[in-house]
Amino acid sequence: MNHLSLILKREYLNKVKNKSFIIMTFLSPLLMVGVFALVAYLSSVNKENIRTISILDKTENFAKEFKSTKSLKYNILALSTTIDEAKKKSEEAGDYALLYIPKMDVKELQNSIKLFSEDSPSPETLSVVEEVIKDKVEDIRLEKAGVNVEEFRNFNFKLKTNLETYKGEETSKEGIFAKLIFGGIAGYLLFMFIIIYGNMIMRSVIEEKTSRIIEVIISSVKPTKLMLGKIFGTSLAGITQVIAWIIVGSVISTIAISFFGLEGLDFTASQEELLAANPDVNELFIKGGKAMFSLPLFNLIIMFIFFFLGGYLLYASLYAAIGAAVDNETDTQQFMMPVLIPLILAVYVGFFTVIDNPHGTVSQIFSYIPLTSPVVMLMRIPFGVPLWQQILSVVILFATFLGTVWFAAKIYRVGILMYGKKPSYKELFKWLKY
Amino acid sequence: MHDLLVAENIHKNFAEHTALNGVSISVPNGSIFGLLGPNGAGKTTLIRIINQITMPDSGQVFLDGEPLKPEHIKDIGYLPEERGLYKSMKVGEQALYLAQLKGMSKREAKDRLKYWFDKFDISDWWGKKIQELSKGMAQKIQFVVTVMHRPKLLIFDEPFSGFDPINANLIKDEILQLRDEGATVIFSTHRMESVEELCDHIALIHQSNKILDGKLIDIKREFRSNTYEVGLITDNKSGVTHNLREKFKLSDATFKTINDELTLNVQINESDRAGDLISHLNSLGELTHFIEVIPSANDIFIQTVQNN
Repeated sequence: MNHLSLILKREYLNKVKNKSFIIMTFLSPLLMVGVFALVAYLSSVNKENIRTISILDKTENFAKEFKSTKSLKYNILALSTTIDEAKKKSEEAGDYALLYIPKMDVKELQNSIKLFSEDSPSPETLSVVEEVIKDKVEDIRLEKAGVNVEEFRNFNFKLKTNLETYKGEETSKEGIFAKLIFGGIAGYLLFMFIIIYGNMIMRSVIEEKTSRIIEVIISSVKPTKLMLGKIFGTSLAGITQVIAWIIVGSVISTIAISFFGLEGLDFTASQEELLAANPDVNELFIKGGKAMFSLPLFNLIIMFIFFFLGGYLLYASLYAAIGAAVDNETDTQQFMMPVLIPLILAVYVGFFTVIDNPHGTVSQIFSYIPLTSPVVMLMRIPFGVPLWQQILSVVILFATFLGTVWFAAKIYRVGILMYGKKPSYKELFKWLKY
Repeated sequence: MHDLLVAENIHKNFAEHTALNGVSISVPNGSIFGLLGPNGAGKTTLIRIINQITMPDSGQVFLDGEPLKPEHIKDIGYLPEERGLYKSMKVGEQALYLAQLKGMSKREAKDRLKYWFDKFDISDWWGKKIQELSKGMAQKIQFVVTVMHRPKLLIFDEPFSGFDPINANLIKDEILQLRDEGATVIFSTHRMESVEELCDHIALIHQSNKILDGKLIDIKREFRSNTYEVGLITDNKSGVTHNLREKFKLSDATFKTINDELTLNVQINESDRAGDLISHLNSLGELTHFIEVIPSANDIFIQTVQNN
């Protein structure tokens, strides 16, 4: 067997057989599902608190419009109650809030309505109350203007623009969301993968240095081969872990759902309300799904593989070089910054600029710079990027990857035999010339 | 006897200093070659160049007459001074891995390892992790790993450090046996008594330059001062001393005797013969002790380094 595959095999098995790796592989999805279930459970418990709002409506126009729901009860106070009495009563009764509508013309109500409460009320509750008043005020004013309210409401014009590209491709709002989601997930996945497994590579290089086996190893293999073997071995271990996460995660989720039923994990009120508020929600899901499939999936998957590999390997070789340059993990900080900054920048550009304007100048530039292109381009591609641009970006990325491997190998070759002191950037530069 | 390893005019500069300045060595086949020098002299750099870990700026290394090339790694076994193994890896797996990196097949490596593990009586360590072993035990594994692929050339950098005297002796015997079986050994150390014991050739590197090399015995001859330790029973110690001082250079002796002798170090001229000194001494009293002072490797080391 040749050296590269020997090293790759050792690195892979060493990672995969590591106890903490195995534990993390199985525990992480369990934790994720557990935390998710816990949050769902806690928020449903939270919702069970019934909030009571007392209403003192001097105008008598609004009180009857408030309809109690499961979690929100309205208590209408007698007209004769004074505001001070009402406040006292409401506080003693432990009400969530007291709504006070003074007697005046509806036109002037705008700034006169008051809501008293112990703490500031939740924005959700406040908007429910405001909505009711606003609707009623509108109704009253429409009636005064001699408009039949019901008829007017029926005029409500639901606009649905049909989107289509010049080439005749149908698109939709849901489609835009699907694109955003796809790009976001792809970019984020790459980002996480780089951070987790890049660090793993770095630690494994440092481990060889601190255990001092390195000199024995490189008297048998070329340092570049050792470095590449490490990168590929760790990457395969990473891919194995991600696949295991997906499998374990879906198994656990399936078990959890069949065990507790969907009820156990549901979002009760909020989702019901959402469904009630927007009967199109089912349709939305269907359209969203359709939109997902109408994406240029083949292009996306191929490019995902290219950019994922290129981007990951590029960063991985930098991590390996950092590991070689230092003696222990605490010394890695100063070299980590220049690596992390472009990575974080890529994610920010991806999530803000690309979403705003996928083909703007900034988005375009960052989708060619090799340190940011994997994330940014992956997020742009669903919005349609000409093939030549994609290919150019991939070519730049892989050319840079080769350059970085050369650079990292230089640092690596010298660095793995250096002990004792933390090198400066100036010294690293000198190492390139050794 | 041909030279297994020849390094010719090796130069190596690092950013701020010269590590090797035109160093040449020739290591005869089947010899134990001592590579000596103070700390920081450039020994490790030379060893790394021989191991193709670093490249020389200029100069060439030949192994068995061929310029050094990557395939030669399987002909070399290297025990670095800074040694270590993967701590969380099992002994057996690790040894197999390192053997395969040296170009052995898995099956061959298993056989060789079994031989060595049996020889050192450490077979029950096979499934243990390095971190469960003591330092000395790990050193033994490291030694086995260095020699298991039967390299032509063995390079040991301070091989005895970390061993207790019993194990150090065991390792020394193994090195001698490997030499007898045909291996050539380059041996870098600061322990001059082991140089004395093992080496038949030495090279001394000081401040990036080779300042001395050759057969140890030739070097000793070169460094001889024609001085003899003399022990003489006589009633008239001061008279005899006076008599000798007129003809020879005398210095105080450091050796120990059991009689109440006059003890002296006597240096004769190069043209004089030791036999004449003996006859002369016999005429002065009863000669009990007469030994030529042979310069030790230690003396040669210190003297040469200080003179440079």
